[in-house]
Amino acid sequence: MPAVSKGDGMRGLAVFISDIRNCKSKEAEIKRINKELANIRSKFKGDKALDGYSKKKYVCKLLFIFLLGHDIDFGHMEAVNLLSSNKYTEKQIGYLFISVLVNSNSELIRLINNAIKNDLASRNPTFMCLALHCIANVGSREMGEAFAADIPRILVAGDSMDSVKQSAALCLLRLYKASPDLVPMGEWTARVVHLLNDQHMGVVTAAVSLITCLCKKNPDDFKTCVSLAVSRLSRIVSSASTDLQDYTYYFVPAPWLSVKLLRLLQCYPPPEDAAVKGRLVECLETVLNKAQEPPKSKKVQHSNAKNAILFETISLIIHYDSEPNLLVRACNQLGQFLQHRETNLRYLALESMCTLASSEFSHEAVKTHIDTVINALKTERDVSVRQRAADLLYAMCDRSNAKQIVSEMLRYLETADYAIREEIVLKVAILAEKYAVDYSWYVDTILNLIRIAGDYVSEEVWYRVLQIVTNRDDVQGYAAKTVFEALQAPACHENMVKVGGYILGEFGNLIAGDPRSSPPVQFSLLHSKFHLCSVATRALLLSTYIKFINLFPETKATIQGVLRAGSQLRNADVELQQRAVEYLTLSSVASTDVLATVLEEMPPFPERESSILAKLKRKKGPGAGSALDDGRRDPSSNDINGGMEPTPSTVSTPSPSADLLGLRAAPPPAAPPASAGAGNLLVDVFDGPAAQPSLGPTPEEAFLSELEPPAPESPMALLADPAPAADPGPEDIGPPIPEADELLNKFVCKNNGVLFENQLLQIGVKSEFRQNLGRMYLFYGNKTSVQFQNFSPTVVHPGDLQTQLAVQTKRVAAQVDGGAQVQQVLNIECLRDFLTPPLLSVRFRYGGAPQALTLKLPVTINKFFQPTEMAAQDFFQRWKQLSLPQQEAQKIFKANHPMDAEVTKAKLLGFGSALLDNVDPNPENFVGAGIIQTKALQVGCLLRLEPNAQAQMYRLTLRTSKEPVSRHLCELLAQQF
Amino acid sequence: MIRFILIQNRAGKTRLAKWYMQFDDDEKQKLIEEVHAVVTVRDAKHTNFVEVLAISVADSLSVLQFRNFKIIYRRYAGLYFCICVDVNDNNLAYLEAIHNFVEVLNEYFHNVCELDLVFNFYKVYTVVDEMFLAGEIRETSQTKVLKQLLMLQSLE
Repeated sequence: MPAVSKGDGMRGLAVFISDIRNCKSKEAEIKRINKELANIRSKFKGDKALDGYSKKKYVCKLLFIFLLGHDIDFGHMEAVNLLSSNKYTEKQIGYLFISVLVNSNSELIRLINNAIKNDLASRNPTFMCLALHCIANVGSREMGEAFAADIPRILVAGDSMDSVKQSAALCLLRLYKASPDLVPMGEWTARVVHLLNDQHMGVVTAAVSLITCLCKKNPDDFKTCVSLAVSRLSRIVSSASTDLQDYTYYFVPAPWLSVKLLRLLQCYPPPEDAAVKGRLVECLETVLNKAQEPPKSKKVQHSNAKNAILFETISLIIHYDSEPNLLVRACNQLGQFLQHRETNLRYLALESMCTLASSEFSHEAVKTHIDTVINALKTERDVSVRQRAADLLYAMCDRSNAKQIVSEMLRYLETADYAIREEIVLKVAILAEKYAVDYSWYVDTILNLIRIAGDYVSEEVWYRVLQIVTNRDDVQGYAAKTVFEALQAPACHENMVKVGGYILGEFGNLIAGDPRSSPPVQFSLLHSKFHLCSVATRALLLSTYIKFINLFPETKATIQGVLRAGSQLRNADVELQQRAVEYLTLSSVASTDVLATVLEEMPPFPERESSILAKLKRKKGPGAGSALDDGRRDPSSNDINGGMEPTPSTVSTPSPSADLLGLRAAPPPAAPPASAGAGNLLVDVFDGPAAQPSLGPTPEEAFLSELEPPAPESPMALLADPAPAADPGPEDIGPPIPEADELLNKFVCKNNGVLFENQLLQIGVKSEFRQNLGRMYLFYGNKTSVQFQNFSPTVVHPGDLQTQLAVQTKRVAAQVDGGAQVQQVLNIECLRDFLTPPLLSVRFRYGGAPQALTLKLPVTINKFFQPTEMAAQDFFQRWKQLSLPQQEAQKIFKANHPMDAEVTKAKLLGFGSALLDNVDPNPENFVGAGIIQTKALQVGCLLRLEPNAQAQMYRLTLRTSKEPVSRHLCELLAQQF
Repeated sequence: MIRFILIQNRAGKTRLAKWYMQFDDDEKQKLIEEVHAVVTVRDAKHTNFVEVLAISVADSLSVLQFRNFKIIYRRYAGLYFCICVDVNDNNLAYLEAIHNFVEVLNEYFHNVCELDLVFNFYKVYTVVDEMFLAGEIRETSQTKVLKQLLMLQSLE
């Protein structure tokens, strides 16, 4: 028996555990457990009150049974009872049971919270810690609501014990992560920062984690932590190996605290204060120096602890990316590790160097290690280390070493693990394209890729080589010759047949002069592969054949024979059959001229971001391609590869389509919806006897307007009077009136209503939107009895809006009689996503005085929402796909209106999204989906609204494929509740 | 941040499972099996780190965003001590955190063996909570932790 369990052990528990261990079969175990459960149940139900010890023992047995994987449906109450025991061992078992078997039974939560509250107030540090650990382990919102306000107090109270502070800091961290809205920032935050100065290193260790988390969201509030962290770090790294006593681990002073402090500093830019910065740089140098000193111990623990600090120091140096000297030193240090006998260190050095390679200061230094890294790629036993080596080669690649790196990666590919082949293929393809000095090398490389790892060459890769060959006429002849040679291999990969088929169909004529590759030879070479290929490839080859008929009239008879064969004309596959039939007819019906036109060489592809780069980014997450994206290291790369520079918009390159001709019934390019047609529909809607916005002042308003005649003494009138003709030009319209935003907000979720009203004028709106089009009717009512003159409402597009939204207005009559109303029609087309609404500027003269008014036109991006219904599974899948931090916008806000589910529903529907039922596990929450339709693009949007009636708060989360849209929608919608 | 701590034996029996984020029971079981599968096939020539891609977590929307974790592990006799952390966390710091934890267990249980963890499972949780809390390292001083544990041991 272990020494520690003497005296305090629960004998019954030990016996039970032994019994279970002695069970020979699963059945026996279940039998024994059931017996025990029956026993415990009867004890709990029995008349005799159980003493604390028995209760503790039985609850502990239940816990053990649960941990074995069996369900426990009773005993919770007994566990809760243990919480109020004043014996530590009983309390501890109670808290453990609660922490492991979290149960959101509301009745119990109240009791549990009550017990926690008592323990927190007990001033007994042991009990306080138990309670804090329980909150930290459960971390539920209910607990957050109950204790989030108390814990900061405990944390900074002068009389709290150190161990309590440690637990309180991390408990608060957990609550903040779970529900940040519940943790109020306040005067305690400043005191938390000062915990970095605490005497007790354990308190500092816990507090740094809390501060690191808090400062990420509130960097300005915690700025002072930088100088405190630097001075703490400085004291640690400059201390001798024994100074810190308890906190020295294998001769390394406070390794974990150092790492945490270095990570905290990575939340901020380099310190501005020169003294602080100097001190920090000194620290970083000290760490680098110590790495060179002989080890104080041969134990791996010593070197690991020391190197943990070293790697974090290097991370910080890379984060700052401003100290060339340190960057180069870091690189040299990592270079030593590349050949270390510890696999861990080699792995971490490769990983860390990868980020160094993207800094302009250290790129060259990283490159000097190329041979070691290539060697790692060849010899490392652990596949994850080889993968890091491949990553690093990719990151250090530039014009100077591309040929070497690409050829090494190609060689590695022959023996590479299946798991990483596709990634290596992508990397090789990208490097070959990016750093191609001549395109023959590029073509060779890609064909090699297909030869070595054809199965892993994805569509993106071979599409790309076709695009490049099509766009560069200097490489077409070489490409044709090379694929022709490659196809002569007895067994060649189907992707090779595809590339070969396409290239020969386009450029086979360039090598037809050589008798060894005469047209009939080319054809029979391709056709010898035909029967072994899949339908898609055969379809492509048929297109190559018809192109051959145009390129080489002498092959016409042979090819027609092939097309006419029963195996083609009556092929079971409808695609092949259709191609055969259509191509055969085309070749026999069309004149040579027509044929030549239809089968002309493909036009160059529009240059876009390389599809393979896009694919790699998708595989690796954002930033994967960054080393390549920034052309800063290699500005000269523009001459030959310039066309391939990625453009900001990530558009996946459309396939050059196996269908060379476009003969088959391809879906027509998505035509923009005919605006006239849609417009008519809208007109019909409006032509109906729909009620127009109320015009004519209501009695009270009339009363007011009579009391208050239009003010001719308004400053504007004074200024305008001397030059009555000088109506302000359309350029200098005034800023929107102060209420403009508020008025706009009223229309986010609805389309019709009164937009504006004062003593003179009322403006009503009716609008309807469909896809990316909209029509809006504005009704201007003159509320006075005097005619408005020079009445001119215009729509203005501030900033970039012109390119985002097209609004066509019709002119209206320049006079509006007293009590009359004029109507203006606006045709709106959303070209792309936009953030600011257009402005509506209304000017007129009333009683000789010019009046001007600028409003925001109620056209917000959500008007172009098209609701999308989807099943829960699809929703989750899409939600996951939009998981980049910039794709999400979230807002937590107080309810401004009563929280009524029906009203909320109506608002969300009015907002434009579909409401999805049975998606969110919590029925109180709302989940919606829709697509924003613009002419240029569609933006998929997912939203989730979580009301919290108790707190009168909402949490709103938007995820869309475009960052500004997420944020904008989130802001718009958050104002509606 | 630590996502979970697992102690498993070579046969895959769990000796401790401590979770620092919400998983439902099925996911916990899946993770336990996955960790066992990736860790037991590795030997001394391998690193002590395994990147686990795409642990699927579908129970609630808010946790979907965590996808890439790594397991830092170390083997002691027949037991694997595994800590799952975020991909950008410091590998060596957590590797030594495991060792620090094991040394504390060893001292506390006087030459700890697998059976100690079985029979005293409820005490192991206390040791964990002293050293790790809310997914962060709470206390690293072995002296301080042991002093606290012995004090608790003396309480009724």
